[in-house]
Amino acid sequence: MKASEHEMQKKIYSQMVARIKPKPPLVRNVTGAFFFGGAICTLGQALWNFYISVGLAKDDASAAAAATLIFVAAILTGLGVYDSIAKYAGAGTIVPITGFANSIVAPALEYRREGMVFGVGQRMFTIAGPVLAYGFVSAWIVGLMTYLFE
Amino acid sequence: MAPHKKTGQQTITFHNPPVFRGNASVAGPKEGQGPLGRTFDVVLSDTLYGEETWEKAERKMLAGACQLAIKKAGLTAADIDFMMAGDLLNQLISANFTARDLGIPFIGLYGACSTMFEGIALAAMLVEGGFADHVLAAASSHYDTAERQYRYPTEMGVQRPLTSQWTVTGAGAAVIGHQGTGPVITHVTIGKVIDLGIKDPNDMGSAMAPAAADTIIRHFRDTGRKPSDYDLIITGDLAAVGRALAEQLVKQAGYDISENYTDCGILIYDPAQDTHAGGSGCGCSAVVLNGYLVKEIMAGKFKRVLGIGTGALLSPVSNLQGESIPGIGHAVVIEAD
Repeated sequence: MKASEHEMQKKIYSQMVARIKPKPPLVRNVTGAFFFGGAICTLGQALWNFYISVGLAKDDASAAAAATLIFVAAILTGLGVYDSIAKYAGAGTIVPITGFANSIVAPALEYRREGMVFGVGQRMFTIAGPVLAYGFVSAWIVGLMTYLFE
Repeated sequence: MAPHKKTGQQTITFHNPPVFRGNASVAGPKEGQGPLGRTFDVVLSDTLYGEETWEKAERKMLAGACQLAIKKAGLTAADIDFMMAGDLLNQLISANFTARDLGIPFIGLYGACSTMFEGIALAAMLVEGGFADHVLAAASSHYDTAERQYRYPTEMGVQRPLTSQWTVTGAGAAVIGHQGTGPVITHVTIGKVIDLGIKDPNDMGSAMAPAAADTIIRHFRDTGRKPSDYDLIITGDLAAVGRALAEQLVKQAGYDISENYTDCGILIYDPAQDTHAGGSGCGCSAVVLNGYLVKEIMAGKFKRVLGIGTGALLSPVSNLQGESIPGIGHAVVIEAD
């Protein structure tokens, strides 16, 4: 088969696939993400208010609220519940800090059977690794800008 | 001189059709709850199957299916000349480790999800060619072992797209012999690797459909048969999206298979089981063929079946490097004795 003919065939086929492929249920996904994501953020705010009410400073209350959310997400991941919620919540459970916790705890659990060093230790950042790496890079750039222009 | 057992370009016709002497299927709990649950010999109560790891559970399923198929054939492991098996895990650990325990001369196969059909095709050739009396063909897959190798950790909270398929937890095995009673294998059509540029690993049905269609069309052309010559035409794991595409592609070549065509990945789960497009994995066609299909052929529901094992030949590396997903389809014709 000639290369150009094969390219043509690929093009026709991709149009055929586009016609048949089911469309993602955008409205349902966006609604789910809005309400679940919103609920997690509201819970975060409630926790912050609670920590303030027991006498923590603003910064400490933020840290404590984040730590509590991470803890809850880790427990829910361990219980096998988090992924069931995420099925409906989508980005609503991925974007908040709970999603970050899930992305570290899930591989840590998964690779426990490959040992503590090359299993858990090495693989727990397979999903979160890029977030951390580029997070550090952005933080460094912002830090540099702040130093230069302030 | 042209090979006298070959028909057309890719098909082999068996003049002394090899026989399915024994078939066995071991399926996971989700598959057991599906519409074909009652046709499987063994249904697991949980996906660990009493083992420490999912990989070990997969091997236990595969070994169980092999031993049961040999037993149903009225044979022992010593009567089996060759074992041909494969799975989805890197370096075929399920098949290799199972063969280590069974002690049968072993040929490892990798045809991705087409492995069960690839094994049956090769086993039938060895038997009919006079190279063996009995050959064991087997394949397995496991949702959790496949998921962690190809996609995400299982507890990771992701939303699966509607085109995605659910890897079947299951193993199937068949003992093929040159005589005896049971459904027979009359033809084999070996497929080509076909790639029409699909890159989405969450849409393997679309990636495999062109290969399945190519093999189906080639089979009809080689044999001079038409879709109505079969009671059932069934692909391995194209699921809902791939099935629709394969049907259209075959129709474009002038063969209408819409009357009697389905897919193992569609049959194995109920839509309420929320697998999205349907089932996939070596275990999908392995348990449907060795559980449901062979039983229905023996019960007289189907007289002649064209089965096409389908495989998506991707790896996590090829996918990350931006390669498209090649597919393959191997066809086997099974007739009632």
